[in-house]
Amino acid sequence: MMKFLTFRGGVHPHGYKEATADIKIEKADEPSVVYIPLQQHIGAPCKPLVKVGDRVTVGERIGEPQGFVSAAVHSSVSGTVKAINMIPNAPGGEVQAIVIESDGLNEVHSSIKPIGDFESLSSEEIINAIKEAGIVGMGGATFPTHVKLSIPPDKKVDTFILNGAECEPYLTSDHRLMLESPEDIVYGLRAMMKATNVETGYIGIEDNKPDAIKSMEKAAEKYPNIKVVSLKTKYPQGSEKQLIYSCTGREVPSGALPADAGAVVNNVATAAQVAKTLKTGMPLVERITTVTGSAIANPKNLSIKIGVPIKEIIEQCGGYSKTPGKIIMGGPMMGFAQHSDDVVIAKGASGILVFDEKEARIPKPEQCMRCGKCVEICPANLQPLKISAYSLKNMMEHAEKHRALDCIECGSCSFICPSKRPLLHSMRVAKRSIIAKKRKQSN
Amino acid sequence: MEGKLFVSSSPHIRDENTIQKVMLDVLIALLPATIGALYYFRTNGAKVILLTVLTAVVSELIFQKVTKRPVTINDLSAVVTGLLLALNLPASSPWWLPVLGAVIAIIIVKQFFGGIGHNFMNPALAARIMLMISYSGHMTSWVKPGPDAISGATPLSFIKGATEVPGNAPSLTDLLFGNIGGSLGETSAILLILGGIYLIYRGVISWEIPTVFIGTVAAITLVFGQFDIYYTIYHLLAGGLMIGAIYMATDYASAPVTPRGRIYFALGCGIITSIIRLFGGYPEGVGFSILLMNIAAPLIDKYTSPRVFGEVK
Repeated sequence: MMKFLTFRGGVHPHGYKEATADIKIEKADEPSVVYIPLQQHIGAPCKPLVKVGDRVTVGERIGEPQGFVSAAVHSSVSGTVKAINMIPNAPGGEVQAIVIESDGLNEVHSSIKPIGDFESLSSEEIINAIKEAGIVGMGGATFPTHVKLSIPPDKKVDTFILNGAECEPYLTSDHRLMLESPEDIVYGLRAMMKATNVETGYIGIEDNKPDAIKSMEKAAEKYPNIKVVSLKTKYPQGSEKQLIYSCTGREVPSGALPADAGAVVNNVATAAQVAKTLKTGMPLVERITTVTGSAIANPKNLSIKIGVPIKEIIEQCGGYSKTPGKIIMGGPMMGFAQHSDDVVIAKGASGILVFDEKEARIPKPEQCMRCGKCVEICPANLQPLKISAYSLKNMMEHAEKHRALDCIECGSCSFICPSKRPLLHSMRVAKRSIIAKKRKQSN
Repeated sequence: MEGKLFVSSSPHIRDENTIQKVMLDVLIALLPATIGALYYFRTNGAKVILLTVLTAVVSELIFQKVTKRPVTINDLSAVVTGLLLALNLPASSPWWLPVLGAVIAIIIVKQFFGGIGHNFMNPALAARIMLMISYSGHMTSWVKPGPDAISGATPLSFIKGATEVPGNAPSLTDLLFGNIGGSLGETSAILLILGGIYLIYRGVISWEIPTVFIGTVAAITLVFGQFDIYYTIYHLLAGGLMIGAIYMATDYASAPVTPRGRIYFALGCGIITSIIRLFGGYPEGVGFSILLMNIAAPLIDKYTSPRVFGEVK
């Protein structure tokens, strides 16, 4: 189905996807040591299940989730636990990690066996398999997938959307996956639709990837209840609320969840992982990551084991071609800048982006000239210039009145601003401050 | 690893647009009208343009040096203000009139209130109105195009108090191409519209303000002139409507930022312009209407916040 669907607002950053869009997914080299973070998801960190000196195997659970919103962590290699210590965390700060020295054998854990065809499984069994496999949103949000699929009984969900928009510039990992494993994606989607008891499925893909649209259409042609939707290429087309609107015309009410608009959204990579887990029993221990940017010698799409330091991955891509100025985990619009290349590949690592020193510099902000561009493009219909001004003056009540909490942090305002104002940055400050104050009041 | 990494919060890329590029686009848009002014008014026109632009830039430089603020003359906004002011002055101006106007525009209206983005009125327009009230003799001795500077009445004065265009008024073709009396930039409607189309195409201004402003004046004069199309077109092409609606009312700092607010703002400009032209003491009301609506802009903004995505009312 070729229909150009879209949402209001948004920006058109240059794609920069040429470097890796046509490069096949390659397996990264076997690591000698992996550092597996015990928190790679939104929610509570895991407790270690192993101690130093233990032998572990591929797919073995080494981190026990704490509470419902949490996701189990598994070993990606076979070998010996060398240490359990703190390592730099990609979204900031530090995270506890299990350091495993690989024996190079990749012995698979005895519990790993096919779970079975989803058609013979119940809804609970599918969700449980996803939970056991520690699957999280692999587009970068890392929200535990079993939580997303456990729809509260009072909500009526009738639409399942797979996000193949890949609206972030530079990234091509989902694009390649849609070309190389479209059947897995459709299988995962059908399994998750069964798990949530949903009849209608959409796969939303930006129209700058016609080959991926074709590939997915072919894989889904047998299933009339699954529609491949061609979306207008515009950032943030892959943002959950915008994607739901583009596909269904429904708005997620302010402050509510997608389920309140009758929809569940998951990434195509998550769907492929669900298929892999059901077919082989293997938990989430490996993912596809785009390694690119002006300072990477040979940009690639790599299938990388969880816990491999990005330094090693960059070396496999020919190393730095120029002095690196900025390393970003994820895409350039929403990714996290790193202070070293010691961080490791985690479940949400859709990209490793390395800029040279020139690109790394953010231009100096100048006075706001009130051009209103940020108001025109804000996908949430906010007035970033005002919220930002209130935030900078520490007038948080006013920022809240201008609905700072509805900001989806897509960064389109900071991107478009001719005066290079730190609009999103200051709105984040306002959001954190408002939320902190609310917590205080409710305590 | 060697070197230091730059760490900042997302987004990590920025659009290539800058204040300077926006202002450059405005200057490009004003180029046809400026060339038109030079063609019609020769050295008199050139003198006024040079004086205002130079004074505007130098005033900004001196003010920012004296107050120890970052010097921002490179962003070209002072050049734009200077040029817009020039296009609002008669070619017969004595040398001190453009100089005084530029000083008022830049220092009093723009810099006293905080510089770019903080002026609550359009600087060039505020300066024009101040000169108009203080030196109405100089400011209303409009000269007819040509090197000889023969003074004459502006096209609008022909229809003051009339509901139809008198026979001795300038022809529509002359209005369209600028072969009429008036300030440097209010002469040729077509050159101004050309620049306006460029600005909308480049995304520098949105269509709302010029279209609604001009549309409102058209609607009101059409009714007032008892559906005499000629009378309406005369109103649209004569005077400062084109330069006002396209270049002055669209000033970022002094117009609302919300799309709906811009429509109300332009509607207000159109209504006030028409009332002054049809019933007021002055033949022209574009300048006053924009300044009055500039003052109302923050209020309009306040009541026209767009509905937030997902907002339940």
